[in-house]
Amino acid sequence: MATGQLTAFELREEDLPDLARGCAVLGTGGGGSVGTGLLAARRAIRECGPVPVRPLGAFADEETVAPLSGIGAPTVGHEMIASEHEALALQAAVEELLGRKIAAVMSSEIGGSNGVAPVAWAARMGVPLVDADGMGRAFPEVQMVSLYVAGVPYNYIVMSDVVGNVSVLRPLDGLWAERQARALAVASGSHSLMADYIITAAQARGAVIEGSVSHALSIGRAMRLSTDPVEALQQELGAHKLIEGKIVDIERRTGGGFVRGSVIVDGVGGHRGELLRIEVQNENLIALRDGVVLASVPDLITVVDTATGVAISTETLRYGQRATVLAWPCDPLWRTPRGLEVAGPRAFGYDIDYRPIEELRSATV
Amino acid sequence: MPPSDSTASTPHGSAASPRDLRVGIDVGGTNTDAVVMDAGNTVLAWTKKATTADVTGGMNAALVAVLDQIPGQHERIGRVMLGTTHATNAILERRNLGRVAVIRIGAPATTAVPPLEDWPDDLKATIEAGQIIVRGGHFIDGYPIAPLDRDEVKRFLGSVAGRADAVAVTGVFSPAFPEQEREIAELVAVELGGDVAVSMSHEIGSLGLVERENATVLNAALYRVAGEVTGALASVLRDRGLAATPFFAQNDGTLMALEYAARYPVLTIGSGPANSIRGAAFLSGVQDAVVADVGGTSTDFGVLTGGFPRESAAAVEIGGVRTNFRMPDILSLAIGGGTKLRGDASDPAVGPESVGYRVSQEALVFGGGTATLTDAAVLSERASLGTTSPQWDDGQRALLAAALGVVDERIVDAADRVSLGKADRPLVAVGGGQFLIPDDIPGVTEVLRPDHGAVANAVGAVIALASGRWDAIVPVGDGRVAAIEAACQTAIARAVEAGAEPDKVEIVERTEIPLSYLTEPSIRVHIKAAGPLGFL
Repeated sequence: MATGQLTAFELREEDLPDLARGCAVLGTGGGGSVGTGLLAARRAIRECGPVPVRPLGAFADEETVAPLSGIGAPTVGHEMIASEHEALALQAAVEELLGRKIAAVMSSEIGGSNGVAPVAWAARMGVPLVDADGMGRAFPEVQMVSLYVAGVPYNYIVMSDVVGNVSVLRPLDGLWAERQARALAVASGSHSLMADYIITAAQARGAVIEGSVSHALSIGRAMRLSTDPVEALQQELGAHKLIEGKIVDIERRTGGGFVRGSVIVDGVGGHRGELLRIEVQNENLIALRDGVVLASVPDLITVVDTATGVAISTETLRYGQRATVLAWPCDPLWRTPRGLEVAGPRAFGYDIDYRPIEELRSATV
Repeated sequence: MPPSDSTASTPHGSAASPRDLRVGIDVGGTNTDAVVMDAGNTVLAWTKKATTADVTGGMNAALVAVLDQIPGQHERIGRVMLGTTHATNAILERRNLGRVAVIRIGAPATTAVPPLEDWPDDLKATIEAGQIIVRGGHFIDGYPIAPLDRDEVKRFLGSVAGRADAVAVTGVFSPAFPEQEREIAELVAVELGGDVAVSMSHEIGSLGLVERENATVLNAALYRVAGEVTGALASVLRDRGLAATPFFAQNDGTLMALEYAARYPVLTIGSGPANSIRGAAFLSGVQDAVVADVGGTSTDFGVLTGGFPRESAAAVEIGGVRTNFRMPDILSLAIGGGTKLRGDASDPAVGPESVGYRVSQEALVFGGGTATLTDAAVLSERASLGTTSPQWDDGQRALLAAALGVVDERIVDAADRVSLGKADRPLVAVGGGQFLIPDDIPGVTEVLRPDHGAVANAVGAVIALASGRWDAIVPVGDGRVAAIEAACQTAIARAVEAGAEPDKVEIVERTEIPLSYLTEPSIRVHIKAAGPLGFL
């Protein structure tokens, strides 16, 4: 997206449904349900006022940015909802640790619930939200974040849980960060708020994906204002329609703490006779037709309801749904050798080379 | 699983007074239907009456109408099964709802989203008598979030005394760890007395705090409505000298005993579609089918799988409140026998307006002045009914034919949408307007039109099973088998409590969903047990 045009704006209660719809689309099937985060954000705005959203360029080099996300099991977050105190406890710990104020909150992951919940955290902490995130989508692991790809050195992970425990970690690298943070989250009931890195605005430049919040908002707005939401999504995202059809098979299994599986979409209309298979590990990772890869991670693959355009998450996919599968290019950062090492097909155990969606489309269509 | 108690049964009791008849009543948006069936499941009497604004009037009229068709046999009636919209209407109209004190157990967790946060303001104002999030609740692994703060609970109860008709209690992970909800129920009895009823969330819904809490609060608000409807049914039975046992239909197509319905009135919501799908299955004798229930105003498409309605995966909203109830997965089209037709053959306008139950006065074939889908069906000889033979002009003929073409397209598309892509099952057409369904639908093997299909919903209420459900999170490792067995036993016990015969209860549904991001690999199991009602 054209980051040069980003301007500051204020996020109000009435903007939240658009944001949530957009974050769900960017969740590529994962990232957790946006419903509870939406309620928490609305509550926080009602109590603390609207949240200013500012482009990264509006912050001075030395200002502190806290990239935040929830870590844990999405199913747990739906039952053991967050505490309103988590953000304040984390803020106090970070400011004591660094001896300076947090100037802004940033979403670590714009896709799914972690794209919406930072609005609540920023509102409660009384700081603006940076119009940026660390993924431009959703990914399942802590190290799958742009700051890690860009080589920003790890300093701290600060975690804050529902009962008030605050923990500070100094992991060696992203892989240790994932392992240790995950273990702590489990001890806290599989649900914690996490600042994953604490960075300065200078460190963030070139190492985050800018415009994510306004991008999610415009996706949600385009869907709301259009009589053909899927078409509107394609326009807004520059997305390719891989298939329009019906979900005819879903296979789920657990492995390594993730829900893995595959989904089969049977084409209708102009796609009649086609079968599309999507490989899933929390997020939609690879789309294949007759064994040929049509799109793969880190490019984005989202299954949406054909009538409404609303994103269908991995956990709510079911037999018989009328669905359209869209795929579109990821941020260029993920297409670098380092980006593909962290979040390319092989990082998820698929022995295939990544090829950009644009290239695959011109080869297969 | 046997198709309910479909085999003829020998009722217990003396030969002089067999209690072998059952009455089913189903209250719909337009009509209230009733049937009387014998032990061999033969339909002895049936009726269709207009649903009244107070619901109770139509229910009584339908009951009286079928009783009049079986004079001298009233003492044979052993059971009355009622599927009703009393609770739904009370919530939609914000009428006669109780004031509820809302207690959530979970602080300091969960405070980011307080109770009733997503409720419509007017419904919240009508129902809420105060709310609190007290310290307590559990992590997913059973570790306490905080010890339960009993003093805080007592202070809160003191503050709502005299203002609250009922209390709703919802604890974090209470479906797995229900003790603290029970502890608070005991405190309520001590502090507020036995008149103030308590809804405990672990008895109402499954995991998902906000949705379960919403359903629990709605349940608590409905106690008065439940008392009224059970009272009204008891009183009409008494007036007619019937010593029948009443049962209530619930959202999943199974029955619950009166006492159970009085405790869980929210479960009566959404029983109509489930009843018509089950009734269609029974009348047609198939276990797997697409069902189309055509009424005066709308057509509901559902799917029957193994004798039960396929359930919706999406959250169900009741009166603007999100719950996690399992409801039949229904696709509704604004197509019914009373649907109005306008425009001309080149651009026919089909509904969504309908003359509803007034079709027998307003349709052209009944001498009225409104072109309806019933007229289109008569003209095309799909149906033969009406009181007059209108002199159709060419414009009318063309419009009606074109409108029927539009309707057929929508019906074919809907059948395809709900059929799971499998073209190996029949479509069962029921309801008063079933003649609108064409004989030839691509994607279904045949169209079945069973006898008494017009009152399939009331039949569905009669033949329903009693059921119980349970949800649990269980580890994938060594404890898995024992944990699933325990969950099955709980579901079976609940089915028996709902009225099922203990030695005939079976596990009819078992879903296992893997959970992500937990160190100990776990699955969420959902168990449903069901069985026929015991003999009298």
